[in-house]
Amino acid sequence: MTNEVCFRTLHLEMPWSLEAYESVGGYSTLKRIVAGELSFETIIDELKLSALRGRGGAGFPTGLKWSFMPRNLAGQKYVVCNSDEGEPGTFKDRDILRYNPHQLIEGMIIAGYVMNATVGYNYMRGEFYEPLERMEIALAEARKKNYIGNNILGSDINFELHNHMGAGAYICGEETALIESIEGKKGQPRFKPPFPANYGVFGRPTNVNNTESYASVPAILQHGGQWFLELGKPGNGGTKIFSVSGHVNKPGNFEVNLGTKFSDLLAMAGGVHGGKKLKAVIPGGSSSPILNADTVMNISMDYDAIGKAGSMLGSGAVIVLDETTCIVELAATTAHFYYEESCGQCSPCREGTGWMSRVIHRILKGEGRPEDLDNLDRVASNIMGRTICALGDAAAMPIKGFLKHFRHEFEYMIEHKRSMVKG
Amino acid sequence: MTDLNYDQTLHLKNIVPQRAIEEIDLWIKKYPEERKRPPIIAALKVVQEHNGNYLTEETMQAVAEYLDVPDVAVYEVATFYSMFHLDKVGRYVISVCNNISCSLRGADKVIEQLQSRLNIRAGETSDDGLYTIKTVECMAACAGAPMLEVNKTYYENLTEEKIDKILSDIAAMELKRAAVRSTIDDAASIEPSEVKD
Repeated sequence: MTNEVCFRTLHLEMPWSLEAYESVGGYSTLKRIVAGELSFETIIDELKLSALRGRGGAGFPTGLKWSFMPRNLAGQKYVVCNSDEGEPGTFKDRDILRYNPHQLIEGMIIAGYVMNATVGYNYMRGEFYEPLERMEIALAEARKKNYIGNNILGSDINFELHNHMGAGAYICGEETALIESIEGKKGQPRFKPPFPANYGVFGRPTNVNNTESYASVPAILQHGGQWFLELGKPGNGGTKIFSVSGHVNKPGNFEVNLGTKFSDLLAMAGGVHGGKKLKAVIPGGSSSPILNADTVMNISMDYDAIGKAGSMLGSGAVIVLDETTCIVELAATTAHFYYEESCGQCSPCREGTGWMSRVIHRILKGEGRPEDLDNLDRVASNIMGRTICALGDAAAMPIKGFLKHFRHEFEYMIEHKRSMVKG
Repeated sequence: MTDLNYDQTLHLKNIVPQRAIEEIDLWIKKYPEERKRPPIIAALKVVQEHNGNYLTEETMQAVAEYLDVPDVAVYEVATFYSMFHLDKVGRYVISVCNNISCSLRGADKVIEQLQSRLNIRAGETSDDGLYTIKTVECMAACAGAPMLEVNKTYYENLTEEKIDKILSDIAAMELKRAAVRSTIDDAASIEPSEVKD
């Protein structure tokens, strides 16, 4: 089965409308909360049971994260959604925002109730003008129905939700950089601790989740944590949207059960294009280490299985590479991206991403030196674990992965000054 | 603001239309009243759109004055985020994704075609001030790779024909714009969005 959670309105006409969402049970969870049938403790317990893990990339258990919020602390608290979708290869949140905005809205209202927070911000990347329009219309519909606003449906629950837009910065997908950006500053990550649950937006307790995580919550509470858990596998509850792109016949988003075999997912995307052979796959966005064809064809798509294979599920961005792909070129594109997007705060990342990019581009130009590969690996190792945020690791891991699995292609290019694949 | 070099006649209200001010005011309302900085990003985007797609020192100072924040708070944001242009760019900024998924599906050909049709290199602006080609990182539309964005609109699943159509549509719109311009006295106030089919 596909499209049972975040994409459950997708088969309907105007899937983004309030009518479409209500026809699949949308806002029924909110009504149960208002009727006093769902306490915040029950909601957290159901989320823990569901084994929902953060869908933005880190995979942190959502129920546990919600329990960290000091709901009884006086003063303002914030619910923040990370819709700053920027991990190369990822395009699922854009489709949730465009095709099922109400489910995100309901998920955030529920979070507001659980955390006793009355204000939410949905942080969308700066280019998302089309999703913004859909979200604004959906918010107006929800406001009219008093699903958001003051005294929601006659209860004492208040919740106001605002869209906030970025302006082009991958780093703002990091939760503390995102918070800085909401505050109208450069998106430079903060030291942790303190964590956002204690010191977030405007210095107040803040919960940050990915779009897909919030949007999963209404479906989980409607059908039960056990239902969601059983869609996936133990510790890997539910469905996940995989954004499949690259060398496939039918690139697109596929919301499937966690634990689905990679080979089945590839078949859904129409298989490798042009009848070519599969070479390798980047399984979880450009930060995740590459896996070669033999490995990936034998694994299932869930946090644990991909982790065991030496990579990570990340954001669920599956980039498929056919046999004509030059890994050195791919590495150059990847390294350049992190060099561009490093915020410049920590020396290992600011300098290291530049070194990696320059060395790989040098190899690509036919000016590589035999010692370059060991240097690359050393630079990558020296970035890892030495930066404030995860961008440093995200830049280093894929480079180490390319070297580990395709070192021969780099060596060939250094020696012959041309690509082993493209000639 | 207290900057002595600041030309006090350059209030934001004098350099962008009233509807831009109204749009900025909507953003301001989203944040706690005592917080002045949160609307900076949104305000700069609105102002840039009404200022030929780029920001000048004067427009940034005017935003700072309007929001009651130090000039440097605005400069800091304008220089950090990649959607802000601090040099003159074309009326149509064509941003081509050349990240992994788009590269795998021919982003380099898209860039080549644009460069040859418009006779400029990526990063340059055409002499008539109409076009800028810019390469950008992933814009979260990889199912439609290769893709590009013209100002605020995405174009996906690009082919050679599709790219030519995009360019000819822009050229046709520019002709209409010129026609409207010649019949209206206050030509400078016409925005591309006002020129309807």
